[in-house]
Amino acid sequence: MNLIDIRGLDKSFGSAKALDGLDLAVAPGEVRGFLGPNGAGKSTTIRVLLGLLRPNAGQVRLFGGDPWAGAVRLHRRLAYVPGDVTLWPNLTGGEAIDYLTRLRGAPDKKRKTELLERFELDPTKKARTYSKGNRQKVALVAAFAVDAELYILDEPTSGLDPLMEAVFTECVRELKRHGRSVLLSSHILSEVEKICDTVTIIRAGRAVESGTLPELRHLTRSRVVATVRGDASAVPALAGVHDATLNTSDGAVTVAFDVDDSAIGAVVSRLAALEVTAMTVTPPSLEELFLRHYGDPVASPAEGAAVR
Amino acid sequence: MSTTLTGVGRIARHILRRDRVRMLVWTLSLTAFGLYFMAALTNVFDEAALAARAAIMSTPTGIVMGGPGYGLDDYTAAVAMANEGTQWVVLALSIMSILHVVRHTRTEEENGLSELVRASAVGRQAPALATLLTLSGLLVAIAVLTACGMVAVAPTTSLVDALAMMLGSALIALVFGALALVMCQVTAHARTAVGLSIAAFGLATVIRAAGDVQERGGSPLSWFSPIAWAQQTRAFVDLRWWPLLLAAGAVVVLLATAAALATRRDFGAGLIAPRPGRADASGMLRGPFALAWVQQRGALLWTGLGLGAMWFGTGTLMSTLDEMVSDLVETNPVIGQLFGTDPGMFAAGFLDVMMMFTGVCCAAYAVVMGQRPRAEESGGRLELTLSAPLGRSRWLTAQLAVAGLGSIALLALSTYAMWAGAVLVGVTDPGLDRYTAAFAGYAPAVLAFLALTAALFGWAPRLIGLAWLPVAFAFVIGMFGSIFDLPDWVRALSPLHGVSAVFTDGVDGAGVTVLSIVVTALAGASFLGFRRRQVIAGS
Ligand SMILES: Nc1ncnc2c1ncn2[C@@H]1O[C@H](COP(=O)(O)OP(=O)(O)O)[C@@H](O)[C@H]1O
Ligand SMILES: [Mg+2]
Repeated sequence: MNLIDIRGLDKSFGSAKALDGLDLAVAPGEVRGFLGPNGAGKSTTIRVLLGLLRPNAGQVRLFGGDPWAGAVRLHRRLAYVPGDVTLWPNLTGGEAIDYLTRLRGAPDKKRKTELLERFELDPTKKARTYSKGNRQKVALVAAFAVDAELYILDEPTSGLDPLMEAVFTECVRELKRHGRSVLLSSHILSEVEKICDTVTIIRAGRAVESGTLPELRHLTRSRVVATVRGDASAVPALAGVHDATLNTSDGAVTVAFDVDDSAIGAVVSRLAALEVTAMTVTPPSLEELFLRHYGDPVASPAEGAAVR
Repeated sequence: MSTTLTGVGRIARHILRRDRVRMLVWTLSLTAFGLYFMAALTNVFDEAALAARAAIMSTPTGIVMGGPGYGLDDYTAAVAMANEGTQWVVLALSIMSILHVVRHTRTEEENGLSELVRASAVGRQAPALATLLTLSGLLVAIAVLTACGMVAVAPTTSLVDALAMMLGSALIALVFGALALVMCQVTAHARTAVGLSIAAFGLATVIRAAGDVQERGGSPLSWFSPIAWAQQTRAFVDLRWWPLLLAAGAVVVLLATAAALATRRDFGAGLIAPRPGRADASGMLRGPFALAWVQQRGALLWTGLGLGAMWFGTGTLMSTLDEMVSDLVETNPVIGQLFGTDPGMFAAGFLDVMMMFTGVCCAAYAVVMGQRPRAEESGGRLELTLSAPLGRSRWLTAQLAVAGLGSIALLALSTYAMWAGAVLVGVTDPGLDRYTAAFAGYAPAVLAFLALTAALFGWAPRLIGLAWLPVAFAFVIGMFGSIFDLPDWVRALSPLHGVSAVFTDGVDGAGVTVLSIVVTALAGASFLGFRRRQVIAGS
């Protein structure tokens, strides 16, 4: 049985439609990326899952139960990190963590200390003095310090620096090793690729792709810029290479092109034969992917309709 | 202009644009209130009634509620307006000023909004100056409009005196606005800055009352209160402008202080540096009740200290009551006709009015605390809390129970502080049992304000600001109900109506029963509404 099972979920705010027939599932032991641009409906989906918002239509199951009616019982089995963390201004970070973990049952002091060290968080500061990144860390420590079956993380790395992102990635991998399930929402493709087994891509309130990462490789392209000494004229014609340009200066040839991620191995080995002196590979971004596959509109229908 | 002030004009325009509705509401409601007051005094009160009113205004109750008592011998509508109205005009304008100043300086800084502004080409002191400029403009507009309106309503009124009264009141409000600016430098939190400024206003009120009770026209003590400066212009009696120089001087000193403090602190910080706190929560911080208590205890403590001191001080005023009453009855037979010659009745009448103020203060506290759940929701903390295995009803029970107990504790503290003050100066009639009866009568009334706020939270969270309406209504009815000549059923709408004569006539038992039923129903409704509605952060 799936821990999360959403079928045909509709959710409107007034006349603005935030979710439009969304499907999403998370199986036990799975780390599912929930990928979409800002305003696509990720947070709305999660709030429906948490029983904070009522769905307009569709079926939503959390641990097989109704997330609205069974909220208290179901929440014993999950931990949550909101997208925009606000804390109680007059509590310290350490107090907020203890309060939140105590609400969820027996807190593990050793685990808390360990996580505080890993995330380099000073727990003695009042929450009102924390930066966005530090507030995010408080919520992450409070979530990872409890032993839950399912971790729902809404854009948890926004505001974290790259070093802390690495710590976060490591924490999620540990959860996975222990057989826990994770729903990780994000608008950064590379982050999801790094951490997740499976991805659901949401756009304008509806799931446009869903599958394992290798299955989605055909969707993504990386940008390659390489300087070579050899003859690069054959590169543009290689399978999987798009929009290639060649520039010659001082005898060196700079070739730039997009390549399907599924073909990148073959293309790079061909380049290697041409005496590469410099090369950069830019990982694909969600924005480019959307531009290519769905035309320009990255905006959700709600954003289009709402007068703001 | 120096670079620390660059961008004042731009920020001021921004404030005007953002606050145009708010400013319009303040202007219209204050002007309308002032004019209604004036019209009522002019049309409802004939000469004899005004003379009787003057007699009331010479009693301690009248002095505490009104003013120092200039012109009581020839009490016209305009004189009554200046003597009784000035204090309340100053109160309303000062609250407006304090909120305006804090909202556009410290709140912005706390939210990080002004970081964006400050990063652009804007000087360090520019937001503060723009705030004061817009405030001054608003104050002058309200003052001039009301003064002209007074002349329009009662054409015999002197415009110069009307302007003196209103501009004087506006200037005192500016003093408190400038004081709020100082408070914004001292503390890093908007709420604390508002609280400290309002506490200072409360202190000024008590000093003015204590000073004026000692002597007709005010004693030297009165002059330590800015509120007295406006009243001492003696508008409509024997106008003098120079007391306002004191106010102007105070504004200059306060602004210089604020500017000096501002250069000494970092952006976003207060002068009082935050201390590092606990790394681990105490064993007590477990569950929603403990958290609600931790959130509310600071405000409860400070409000308790402030109200306790204020009502204790008011209680000690009662020693002057006896002497004054016998003097008054001798010199002014109207008083004897109105109240009888029994000093006990005077004390009871005085306490009725003071209890009404106590009730309004506790109601205001109840509304502030009753709005906390909404702040938890829109701030996003409720979302995080409810993602834990914690039921909505349990969470709301915790929030409301702590708010309700706090309000009741304040009510008890205020009532018994007044009793203790009276006993200290040897006034033992009315006795402790009468105070207890007053407390018991007021308790459901205070809870009614909380229950109404909670019901708004459950059913119409966006409209929770409306919870202030009944507080304003109860205050206006309790304070000015007799002037406005309103039908009884309108007055009965005030939750404080049934207990308005608790010391003179005892408690209206049926009213208290009805009120208790209403409280229970509203509280129940709030849970029903909150359980079935969605939780929406950020709106
Ligand atoms: N409380 C709300 N009221 C009105 N519209 C909302 C509300 N919450 C979200 N929306 C709209 O629903 C859409 C999806 O928002 P959200 O779920 O927050 O997106 P994401 O988390 O993917 O960035 C957006 O267009 C947003 O404006
Ligand atoms: Mg979001």
